[in-house]
Amino acid sequence: MIQPLHLLGFLGQASPASSSGCTIAPGGFRVDGFCTDPGSLHIPVAYRSIIPVLVLTIGALVMLALSAVLPKRARPGLWPALTALVGAFSLAGAVWQWYDLGTAGAAQPTIGGQIFYDRFSVLFLILISIAVIFGALSADSYLRREGLDGIEAYILMLMSAIGAMLMAQSGSLIMLFLGLEIMSIALYVMAAYHRRRTQSGEAGLKYFILGSFSSALFLYGVALIYGATGSVEFGLIGNFLTGNVIANNGVLLGGMALVIVGLGFKVAAVPFHYWTPDVYQGSPTPFTGYMAAVAKAAGFAGLFRVLTQALGTQQANWRPIIWLMAVLTLGIGSVMAIAQKDLKRMMAYSSISQAGYVLVGLQAASATGTSGALFYLFTYIFVIVGTFAVIGLLQGRGEARSDLGVIRGLGRRQPLLAGVMLVFLLAQAGVPFTSGFLAKFYVIQAAVQRGQYWLAVIAMLAAAIAAFFYLRIALLMYSSDPAEPGPLPVDVPPADAGVLTLGLEPIASLDLETTLVIDPPSRGPVPVPLAVGAVLAVSAAFTIAAGVSSFAIDFAKQATTLF
Amino acid sequence: MNAAYVIVALPLAGAIALLFAGCLPIRGPVGKVRDPWSGWLATAMTLGAFVATVWVWATQVGRSASGRSSDLNIFTWIPVGDLHVNFGLQVDPLSILWCLFVTGVGGLITLYSIGYMKGDPSFNRFFFYLNAFVFSMVVLVLADNYLFSFLGWEGVGFCSYGLVGFWFERNSAAVAAKKAFVTNRVGDFGFMIALFLMFKHFGSFNFSAVLGPLSAGHATLAASTATALTLLLLLGAVAKSAQLPLYMWLPDAMEGPTPVSALIHAATMVTAGVYLIARSAPIIHFSSSGQWTIAWIGAATALFAATIACNQNDIKRVLAYSTVSQIGYMVLGEGSGDYSAGIYHTVMHAFFKALLFLSAGAVIHALHDEQDMKRMGGLRKHLRITFPAFIIGYLALSAIPPFDGFWSKDTVLAAAFHKSPALWAVGVITAGLTAYYMTRQVILVFYGQARWADQSAAHGAAGHSAPPHEAPPTMTVPLVILSVASVLGWLLNAPFGGLDFINRWLAPVFPAAIAPSFAVHTGTKWIIGLVATAVAVAGVLSGIAAWRRQVDRPALEPAVLAHGWYIDEGIAAAVSGPLARTASDLSFEVDAKLVDGSVNGIARLAAESGRQLRRIQTGYVRNYALGIGAGAAVILFYVALRAGS
Amino acid sequence: MNVPSAWYLILAAVLFGIGATGLLVRRNVLVMFMCIELMLNAVNLTFVTFARMLNDVGGQVDVFFVLVVAAAEVVVGLSIIVAMFRRRAAATADDIHGLKG
Repeated sequence: MIQPLHLLGFLGQASPASSSGCTIAPGGFRVDGFCTDPGSLHIPVAYRSIIPVLVLTIGALVMLALSAVLPKRARPGLWPALTALVGAFSLAGAVWQWYDLGTAGAAQPTIGGQIFYDRFSVLFLILISIAVIFGALSADSYLRREGLDGIEAYILMLMSAIGAMLMAQSGSLIMLFLGLEIMSIALYVMAAYHRRRTQSGEAGLKYFILGSFSSALFLYGVALIYGATGSVEFGLIGNFLTGNVIANNGVLLGGMALVIVGLGFKVAAVPFHYWTPDVYQGSPTPFTGYMAAVAKAAGFAGLFRVLTQALGTQQANWRPIIWLMAVLTLGIGSVMAIAQKDLKRMMAYSSISQAGYVLVGLQAASATGTSGALFYLFTYIFVIVGTFAVIGLLQGRGEARSDLGVIRGLGRRQPLLAGVMLVFLLAQAGVPFTSGFLAKFYVIQAAVQRGQYWLAVIAMLAAAIAAFFYLRIALLMYSSDPAEPGPLPVDVPPADAGVLTLGLEPIASLDLETTLVIDPPSRGPVPVPLAVGAVLAVSAAFTIAAGVSSFAIDFAKQATTLF
Repeated sequence: MNAAYVIVALPLAGAIALLFAGCLPIRGPVGKVRDPWSGWLATAMTLGAFVATVWVWATQVGRSASGRSSDLNIFTWIPVGDLHVNFGLQVDPLSILWCLFVTGVGGLITLYSIGYMKGDPSFNRFFFYLNAFVFSMVVLVLADNYLFSFLGWEGVGFCSYGLVGFWFERNSAAVAAKKAFVTNRVGDFGFMIALFLMFKHFGSFNFSAVLGPLSAGHATLAASTATALTLLLLLGAVAKSAQLPLYMWLPDAMEGPTPVSALIHAATMVTAGVYLIARSAPIIHFSSSGQWTIAWIGAATALFAATIACNQNDIKRVLAYSTVSQIGYMVLGEGSGDYSAGIYHTVMHAFFKALLFLSAGAVIHALHDEQDMKRMGGLRKHLRITFPAFIIGYLALSAIPPFDGFWSKDTVLAAAFHKSPALWAVGVITAGLTAYYMTRQVILVFYGQARWADQSAAHGAAGHSAPPHEAPPTMTVPLVILSVASVLGWLLNAPFGGLDFINRWLAPVFPAAIAPSFAVHTGTKWIIGLVATAVAVAGVLSGIAAWRRQVDRPALEPAVLAHGWYIDEGIAAAVSGPLARTASDLSFEVDAKLVDGSVNGIARLAAESGRQLRRIQTGYVRNYALGIGAGAAVILFYVALRAGS
Repeated sequence: MNVPSAWYLILAAVLFGIGATGLLVRRNVLVMFMCIELMLNAVNLTFVTFARMLNDVGGQVDVFFVLVVAAAEVVVGLSIIVAMFRRRAAATADDIHGLKG
């Protein structure tokens, strides 16, 4: 029989050797058979390895407790400030971890093999902490404009960050799954957060249904890998596969395929990208930026961990899959972005195409490719959060419009804002002296090093196509306004106007206002709140700095501890 | 402080100043900040760069031939891994020669624009583009590595996009701009791949590392690598210099204001391809097939464009096709192995083509934006300065001795003859056609009946009834200067009396290791020159005979030539025919003017496939789930095939 | 009676397939939601079976995590569905296709 306490023993580091049929694997982390030794309860928790997660968790709990004490709308700006503060502490913790680890090479599994404490993890912890700070700062003014301010959005943001961090640090497939779900469930709600916009609800529902579907596929893959290798821990799976040469076990390969599907969904790789445009367009704009940065980074962290650490021996099997996904992602993302007329949707497709480059780095399965992909992900969060922050500012109340026309003439009205946006656009187009150029250069170089010239050509072709729509937006900003007087025309989907009065009475009488206030942006300059301005300034400065100096790529190279 | 920095800095400063000038609360006489001072600022910056170039040139002349090349590092793009690029300026005879005419001719064109663009609501923007254009071009030629050069290359493409589409309110201008942009992207793509290949092979982008050992004869290059690099770079050059098969954007680029046409055609953009080929000569040397390809592309383009030019009615389109044709000569000269011949023709062409375009602009200006030659005529009496200027340009372009064009074209033809008599024959035929279509143009514009008078009377427009007027001094002064240059410029490289300055000047750039010198027999030269002259005179005479009395001669104007061999229409039909239906009902409401509209070629293909693919994105959750499931099924099927194997 | 382990695995696979098919073909959001739960439980069965085959408790522990996650998903999913369909009479997924292209 299984005693509950000994289940915990399984999680922790079991004490060595005992009698009574309890065998402990040489690694010291795995217990076979039913151990009855009470000593196996000992679980060493290396707290230093999870400082950022702890900081965010405690911060979220403290904020929840505070919100119970303080009056409901205590003080505008309090929650975002606290969130940013928590993010800053988490960032500080992650930076401390970076130096704590030093240049120690191989990954150190801790906490019962569930958590990896290495620089690869820490890069993502830093990245996610920054995304939290930026997300909180750029969401504040948006939420206030939309009348949605309150603590919930920020708690959700912290929760999703915790999930993302756990994904990046995960040492086992189950930990990866837990992180994925913690992140995703928070993100579903964030997508649906604008309760007065039907589009936001639609985005949340679509994200939720498709996300759960892909999670189920992912989990089935985990089960199959477990069945094939007898473990869910990356290190043990890797050891098993190097120790036992199994000739393309169908169960293992099937599990691998499903895990790729589940994580491919999170990073919005074609053909698992269908949700991306809808969700990115429907979600509240600052959340879209946050989502694009965090979910994508965490998903790629998971892919790297699974494919290189656990299934590194199966390269011959997974590289063609990732190769094809990369090609499709690059092509479809770029081509479909051209045909878009909504700015948010266009940027959604653009983010799909950007994910293609990271896949190029992933499929190279080399140190160069990995560091290129890490550099790509790290620099991309600044670009994407900044881009969506600008869009959020321009949209007007109720996200009145986000078509391409909204950006026309921005260069004349607000040269600084337009200049910042231009930096982001150029970076995404891959123009030299921005981070985007180096990012693309490194992943393509990794492909060339592996002799994959066609992939390199396709990637460059996609860049050439994509440059077209980035420059199109840039030129729109600097072309003059059409001389139409008065406010811009609004095309609100009729659903927003008509359906509002229908509905089920009992629930509709909750304290929510049910009308969506739509106020199209005025012709004049839009006010730029200080917090958003700071985010934009830092992001643009970083984008340029990472493009002209080597600190970011050195950082990414030192974080490449997987090879 | 080296004066070479100033060449780059001045146009950049001008562009930045003009960019922010729009935000300043300064008000000119007409209301906004636009008035002449921004034009004068731009002119001063460009001419200042010219003065700096002359200064650099003068110091170079004072040095020995080997000491004329120097590398000035501006900054190092922080070395990361194996990519470390020093962004610097390479001052050598080739780059300085190019800078001389880019800034010189560019400055004159900027000066001319002050008069031409007077009263345009976007006066500022125009001069911003002009300065940015000159800056990009200077970066392109002065860069000391391919990557930096590529940046300038992209900048030139971007500025041309802005300038050609300057009047984007006109749909045709927007379409032309898009076409120019897309065609250039095709070329850029070739350039980009060449860059990657180069980096893989040499581990560097720097001219000194890539080209230095080759031109010094210390290293050789495998023919396959050389051919691949040559062809990829040629793809870039072909798109930028409007050669076959990517020439189509240049005639359409006439939609921009006339000074822009002059700038693009004469001095800057189109010569970028010629420069790239000349700069890459050490690589091209190792690819015999590459050289033949270059030579034949040049010859074919020269002939092809000349046939089309014979039947155009738009005064600027004739000149546009003649540009395509003349660049064909330059490329032919380079492909034949005589780089300095091609460059000589480039310089001469910069003089007389700028002259022709600016004169044509003065004509258009005089006739209130009339561009149809069939509605001109008899203007020689009204335009007392423009007329002789145009005649000088005409004689130079038609290669009538002793004007510029004769000498440079003769050098090119001699090189072509050495390469292959067939190339030479194509060049001679083209020379005859050139003389013919230019004669036609001159007669239609300046001689015969004054057809503009009855046009304006028929229109009854009040403003059009005034007789044509000569342009203001800002426009005529550049004409006079360029006229003088077109008459005497050939002395820069005269084939006798030790006057071959350009040859000697460029000799260090093209050492014998990469450009084996060849001598054409003096007797042969005489024959080549006489034949060319005879053909040109025959072209002039046949032009006079055909067009002296009549304005419309349908027999001599077959529609197939007037439509440029239907190439454009054919491509449009082939690429977009089946898709045109959906394209029309999916036009964007917001930016229809600037970016949408019908485009030929790749842009439409990409945009159209995007629109078709949008149908996959139905908005139904279950379809998405099905898509994900299908994707998963494909991957599972793939692993199932591998399982057990 | 001794039931071979493979049968459990096949049963789980069939359940998973039924769940996935249901998700693809049903219109009612709640039913789609139940299909996802079915898929998750099929995975649980797989885990338990493998754990038994491998004689390893790990797989059984994983089931608890999955159950907890499934419960959390239910809470959030239902609230999103309620928020979305509060204003609509019908609760079919096909009514929601405002975002497309």
